[in-house]
Amino acid sequence: MAENTVTRGNLPVHDEGEQRPATRQRSLFLTPAVDIYESKDGLVVVADVPGLKREDLDITVEENVLTIHGRMSREEPEPLQAREYTLHDYFRQFTLGDRVDRDKIHATLEHGVLTLKLPHAEHAKPKRIAVK
Amino acid sequence: MDSYWNPFQELEVLRRGIDDVFASVWPTGAGRTSAFLPGRSARSYPLLNIAARDDRFVIDAFAPGLDKDSLEVTVDRNVVRISGEKRDLTDVAPERFHRRERAAGRFTRTVQLDGEIDEKRVEATYADGILHLDLPKSAAALPRKISVAVK
Repeated sequence: MAENTVTRGNLPVHDEGEQRPATRQRSLFLTPAVDIYESKDGLVVVADVPGLKREDLDITVEENVLTIHGRMSREEPEPLQAREYTLHDYFRQFTLGDRVDRDKIHATLEHGVLTLKLPHAEHAKPKRIAVK
Repeated sequence: MDSYWNPFQELEVLRRGIDDVFASVWPTGAGRTSAFLPGRSARSYPLLNIAARDDRFVIDAFAPGLDKDSLEVTVDRNVVRISGEKRDLTDVAPERFHRRERAAGRFTRTVQLDGEIDEKRVEATYADGILHLDLPKSAAALPRKISVAVK
């Protein structure tokens, strides 16, 4: 599983019908930090996406590219006296290998942590070959 | 020792100069971060956005995946202390990781606000990975109007 380098031209276009305000330009994204590990059934991707609700997340698999896109709907408290972070949409893409069963990808979100389970496809599971 | 030209010192002067420019453009926000020091995030966790209203302070802490039971917020006059723990994926053997970018561990962060807080009315909620603190100012810290007696 490799990370895909994203060129800005490839970004999904929001069909909301109106231009976003200048402070929320499409080109500004946060890249969520991820852990990826191998479990016994497949790959698990854990991503930190604080501020997102379940309905803000848009996870798609197209060709062999897994896209995590989170629209930040949360507002910052006003008026700010000190700012250490800025809220933006989240965006990250990964290239999936042949071993992932695309129809069985499972996602959960808890306390701003997104867990994606990518199970191995049947044909990629280890098989024992009987010797006759 | 100081008689030698030190390029690193020159860089430090330049960095401060740049910081000063940023601080003058955004007197409250971005000026607090330093131009070439990305390590700040390692020192202060969680990151905070602090809003000051007439009657209260509002703090939003950027803190995903905290262990709810370990989360502790204490308020003493104008000092707010947040501590807790972000759990690691302890049940996964290190050799099974392909990528490991998320940090974990215990943290404590203390912020000093410019007004006294009414401890009894503080409300803290943790949702969607953001810790939200609502800190009403104590009556003594609220601005008071003083009527002028004209004689």
